Amino acid sequence: MTTTTGSTTATGSVGTAHTRVEGRDKVTGAARYAGDLPFSELAHGWLALSTVARGRIRSVESAAVLGMPGVLTVLHHQNAPRVDSDYIGVLGVPPDPTIALFQHDRVQHAGWPVALVVAETSEQAREAAEALVVHYEEEPHDVAFLGERPDANPLDTTEKGDLESELAASAVVVDAEYTTPEEHHNPMEPHAATARWEGGRLEVVDSNQGTTWVADELVKLFCLDPASVRVRSEHVGGGFGGKGVRAHQVAAVMAATVLQRPVRVVMTRRQMFSIAGYRSPTAQRIRLGADADGRLRALDHRSLNLTSTVYEFTEPCAGVGRVLYDADAHHTSNRVVRLDVPTPTWMRAPGEAPGSFALESALDELAEKCGIDPIALRARNEPERGPVSGLPFSSRRLLDCFREGARRFGWADRDPRPGLRRDGRWLLGTGTAASSFPAGAAPSTAAVTAQPDGTFTVRIAAADIGTGARTAITLVTADALEVAPDRVRVRIGDSDFGPAMIAGGSMGTRSWAWAVTTAARELRERLALDAGIPPEGLTVRSDTSEAIRALAHKERHSFGAQFAEVAVDVTTGEVRVRRMLGIFAAGRIVNPLTARNQLVGGMIWGISMALHEEAVRDQVSGGHAGADLAGYHVATHADVPLIEADWVDDPDPDDPVGIKGIGEIGIVGAAAAIANAVWHATGVRHRSLPIRPDRVLTAGEGARNV
Amino acid sequence: MAPPTSSAITLNINGEKYTLSVDHRTTLLDALRERLDLTGTKKGCDQGQCGACTVLLDGRRAVACLQLAVSAEGREVTTIEGVAEGERLHPVQQAFLDLDGYQCGYCTPGQICSAVAVIEEHAAGWPSAVTGDIRPEAGPPPLTAEEIRERMSGNLCRCGAYVSIVQAVARAAAVEAGAEETGEAVA
Repeated sequence: MTTTTGSTTATGSVGTAHTRVEGRDKVTGAARYAGDLPFSELAHGWLALSTVARGRIRSVESAAVLGMPGVLTVLHHQNAPRVDSDYIGVLGVPPDPTIALFQHDRVQHAGWPVALVVAETSEQAREAAEALVVHYEEEPHDVAFLGERPDANPLDTTEKGDLESELAASAVVVDAEYTTPEEHHNPMEPHAATARWEGGRLEVVDSNQGTTWVADELVKLFCLDPASVRVRSEHVGGGFGGKGVRAHQVAAVMAATVLQRPVRVVMTRRQMFSIAGYRSPTAQRIRLGADADGRLRALDHRSLNLTSTVYEFTEPCAGVGRVLYDADAHHTSNRVVRLDVPTPTWMRAPGEAPGSFALESALDELAEKCGIDPIALRARNEPERGPVSGLPFSSRRLLDCFREGARRFGWADRDPRPGLRRDGRWLLGTGTAASSFPAGAAPSTAAVTAQPDGTFTVRIAAADIGTGARTAITLVTADALEVAPDRVRVRIGDSDFGPAMIAGGSMGTRSWAWAVTTAARELRERLALDAGIPPEGLTVRSDTSEAIRALAHKERHSFGAQFAEVAVDVTTGEVRVRRMLGIFAAGRIVNPLTARNQLVGGMIWGISMALHEEAVRDQVSGGHAGADLAGYHVATHADVPLIEADWVDDPDPDDPVGIKGIGEIGIVGAAAAIANAVWHATGVRHRSLPIRPDRVLTAGEGARNV
Repeated sequence: MAPPTSSAITLNINGEKYTLSVDHRTTLLDALRERLDLTGTKKGCDQGQCGACTVLLDGRRAVACLQLAVSAEGREVTTIEGVAEGERLHPVQQAFLDLDGYQCGYCTPGQICSAVAVIEEHAAGWPSAVTGDIRPEAGPPPLTAEEIRERMSGNLCRCGAYVSIVQAVARAAAVEAGAEETGEAVA
């Protein structure tokens, strides 16, 4: 049979709203997530975590629980399979050594995995894990993150110009410290993995942000043949940076190997607070010096975060100023302190989210001191080139975002004076902040197959963690093939499809779209030349490594302008967000329906960060107080008003589809816009997040700056 | 003799009867997911804090993680798998699909089950914490966005799809009431 792609030509799928291709499965409960797939002979593993924050395991009293009903094995440091964590992973970094489970007797933080109990049912495994007695030699621990410390390690510093002399020459100076608390991803789906050996291959059904990434780490950890490991992750119930290689997959593989039957390990919500990663608390000092008209002479952003004693993870807050503003003297530095805590990890807009809270709050303080409008202040400091790199911007439509946002939000009518507007018991205020996030692409491979029946199948190890990636890839492929999207079937979430970028760094959809476009365009050309398609189909594969390596060095970022209106009741301390607007310049928008949802979702993370989220670590035990969704508050329906997100046209000229990436920019600047609005409502600066009721209540006339 | 630790029970789920022997510790949520392959009901926290496992028990909302399976005997259980009428989606499901009332989809079965009950609770005249006039004779308050948000607040969505979820619930309620859809109602 002969099929030409021109018969039902339909281009222009990209840029028009499409409901999700897996939508029906998601609204009927048919979509199977990692913990949903049935396996015969499935055994259930339950992790036991340490109750001390530092020390040594003296003994694991497994004999008592091995006699409990249904218990199959107890894995711990004395009997678990050995693994090798001395390698560099596909993302170019060594693994956090804490994923090397049960390899030694040291306990390095509270909630450290000390054993896995495996039983026939989850009820049996849980009871046995809770009954398991572990004896420790406890040692003193230090989990106190109290700001400046002499042992802080400077990891990442940029310096331009003489800071002190520019500050001295400035007409206006802002010098303030900002703090953000420990925050947790809390995807709605807990981490879950089922491992089994089948026909000499290890298969892991998992919930993760990159199947080839996880497969590669498991290959290296367990010293396996790369061809013998397959990781699948079809539907993922949220990730936000926290779904990489973690204890649950490693434990499941160990148990499946020892027992030679399928084993599932699911983290409990409480366990996730200790072993799923989190965002470090930050302490940031910002000094801004400016002329009377607001032009920046000095910008100094010093950020401190914590990490574990075994792995250096930086929350690079000070990076945001390297993109947003120039100054004659421009200093930024990220430093870390090591404490007896779990290793933090990437969490939605790592660096930019807390960093923009500090910097964009400080800009608002500078605008107040200079007596100029916050948007005018940003316009006055709009750089021509990268402030630190000196490189040109690929595109930078930040001021267009502010203009459009100001128009739609009604900013022009704003009286800048704080504490003047009242609605019953509420004080009202508005605030704004700038937003930016790097736009990147990473090498990926894809395969596109033309079938004799006129349909096409895409295979790429992409991950749809709620971003709408599956749908976006469908639309991008349809356009590249010049066919209607209903002729394109996209298969993702399978490491057998070959290397591909993870869903991370706001780079997933762009990287995958590049790969599928490359393959689909070549397939279309070949179909135009050839007479027909063989019964097994005609497949073209792509690898974007070279094309991406050839990209010119530029400052490549998405930008945005955030606006918020809040109501504050200073007698109860309650802060309510009344409306938000975000205007973004974030590359070509593939699917407006899902993109708007994702950008708004990021802005809701900003509400959550500004007002609710805070993990509290108990200094005495070294563990958390209230490690659950009742103790750790995330925004819910009643916290979220009508929020609008929109965009200005900003296609990336160097990307085949024009994409930049939208996964993270929605949160950047959002918390600052809210905090700035709280100042405008009340006249009080809140420099520590979250802006809890007690902080509002104690911020009286005597303490106008807290 | 040791007391029994399991029992044979019959559960009525989505109009079908299932007979099984369950460990007394088994929650309704685990029975659905691990024993009956009804995995549409999701486990988000297993502590009654997130709403992902919301099902309908005799038409009322309940979190399946805080119900023992043995206690569900004799009750009508409706899960996400039983919300549609055959191939025809329930108006709430259709609205979630059309208006993108989700992202990752994991909280979605709970949100949808909750929304189905919210619309019925509202139509029956139940007030919420934000209802102005709660006298029985006042009748159901307008199903404003504020009412929907308050009534849906037991269902967390970490992706932050709240804006489109609220729009979807409003549209579904309008469809069910046979009313003209009014986009302004949720603004």
